[in-house]
Amino acid sequence: MTPAAPQDLPCTRAESCVIACADVWRDAGEIMVSPFGTIPSLGARLAKSSFAPDLVLTDGEAALMVGAPPLATPAAELIREAAMPYKTVFDVVWSGRRHIMMMASQIDRTGNQNISAIGDHRQPKVQLIGVRGAPGNSVNHPTSYWVPDHTTRTFVEQVDVVSGVGYARVAAAGAGATRFHDVRRVVSNLGVFDFETPDRTMRLRSFHPGVEVDEIAQATSFALSVPDDVEETRLPTPEELTLLRTVLDPGSLRDREIRS
Amino acid sequence: MTDKRTTVDDIVGELRSGMTIGIGGWGSRRKPMALVRGLCRSDLHDLTIVAYGGPDVGLLCAAGKVKKVVCSFVTLDSIALDPHWRNARQRGQVEVMEVDEGMLYTGLQAAAWRVPFLPTRAGLGSDVLTINPDLRLVRSPYGADSPFVHDHADADVDLVAMPALHLDAALVHTNRADTVGNGQILAPDAFFDPLFLGAADRRFLTTERIVDNGTLTDEGPLATVVIHRLLTDAVAESPGGAHFTANPPDYGRDESFQKEYAAAAGDPDQWAAFARRYVDVSDDDYRAHVDERGAS
Repeated sequence: MTPAAPQDLPCTRAESCVIACADVWRDAGEIMVSPFGTIPSLGARLAKSSFAPDLVLTDGEAALMVGAPPLATPAAELIREAAMPYKTVFDVVWSGRRHIMMMASQIDRTGNQNISAIGDHRQPKVQLIGVRGAPGNSVNHPTSYWVPDHTTRTFVEQVDVVSGVGYARVAAAGAGATRFHDVRRVVSNLGVFDFETPDRTMRLRSFHPGVEVDEIAQATSFALSVPDDVEETRLPTPEELTLLRTVLDPGSLRDREIRS
Repeated sequence: MTDKRTTVDDIVGELRSGMTIGIGGWGSRRKPMALVRGLCRSDLHDLTIVAYGGPDVGLLCAAGKVKKVVCSFVTLDSIALDPHWRNARQRGQVEVMEVDEGMLYTGLQAAAWRVPFLPTRAGLGSDVLTINPDLRLVRSPYGADSPFVHDHADADVDLVAMPALHLDAALVHTNRADTVGNGQILAPDAFFDPLFLGAADRRFLTTERIVDNGTLTDEGPLATVVIHRLLTDAVAESPGGAHFTANPPDYGRDESFQKEYAAAAGDPDQWAAFARRYVDVSDDDYRAHVDERGAS
């Protein structure tokens, strides 16, 4: 018996997540993509090597890198095309030519994200990484989120410390805040979500293969909009699967973030 | 021309309790760790630290030197959160002014340009404005009828008035410097080090190696001399002065040492032993202990 070709194997949950992340940057054009986490990084590289070749990716340090090399490429082997020190990153953030995918320790119904602290900020029950660039990112350019552990503890009614700003809060903050605000999408290990509802609250956009809609609702602390015709997250094409499995991530780092 | 050479101990001797001190670098990268250890050994207290935080903030918190930290994060890069910082925050031992990374940049820029604030969109709508109730908004004075309004969406908008982050002193580590205080960063990112110096009254460099004035161009292109001597008051030679943080091209992060530093935060006895060996010692002893550790 000949072993199955990589693209003939069934698509894993991690791979569905990679595809969902890649699709976030479809038609984005020539912008900087800043993915946080293994799966979003693979999604960005998959998008850049296939349907979104103009995307701009950093090397994770202080430069833009050519192409979309495999995730485990040693720094010394990367080819760089331009300098991108932090000071220049802020120029890009404030110019709007960027779409970031940050992680969220908590995310709520209107798209507020928390990465600062759980509990009272003055003396947190759990200190998280800090607001980092989330407040500025979310009011300056498209922002999406990756939540690898979708539970009622991560998808909450209201986040403890608003780091990335959601729709209700930004509306209350006025025209200076709303002008470039665009919380585009949330990808979790269970599905894909957006805010394309009349009141800009979270909606189920697609559920990953193998996931029930009820399972998503039960793992979410707030009432999620679920369209009657909601579909499954699309399957990768055979070309995409081969690219992911044999070129971008032959060591299956993706399975360390999301187990099937 | 003034010779600005001094020592790590003399720089620490210039600092006072209660000061606001800016520390260069970013996360666990090019932090002036020899100076930070000097601060830990000193009798200084109640410091306010302004930083893109890394083990500088963690060490100073562990040593009980800190009253308040102005930051957006305190990370060890390969370890997401400095565990000493986590302890200090969860025990309520330090105050924090937590702001967006770009707001920190804007505040340092305002101080360096000697204006009381600069406007920014960053922070609007977020809890940065509620956890820091002293922060204010500013309304653009340019209305729809102003000839300067390029886009009407900008008319009369409210923005965050990021206050100048004035520093009493700034501490920065560079790859090379010369005897009169020009500083050279050979790594691809200078972070915000020139701005920390620009925002401060007293400006101190440590460096891997001091060379003669006019010879920094033998070490690297002129564009790498990003700190000119108008930004510095004193410079101390401190080989390995950023250890265990990353300081390319001279050395990378000492990940194994960093792991030991982080692990020791979990237990008071372990931390006391770590501090005896690696904090409460002279720079020469520190280097010797790190060398012994590497050899074992």
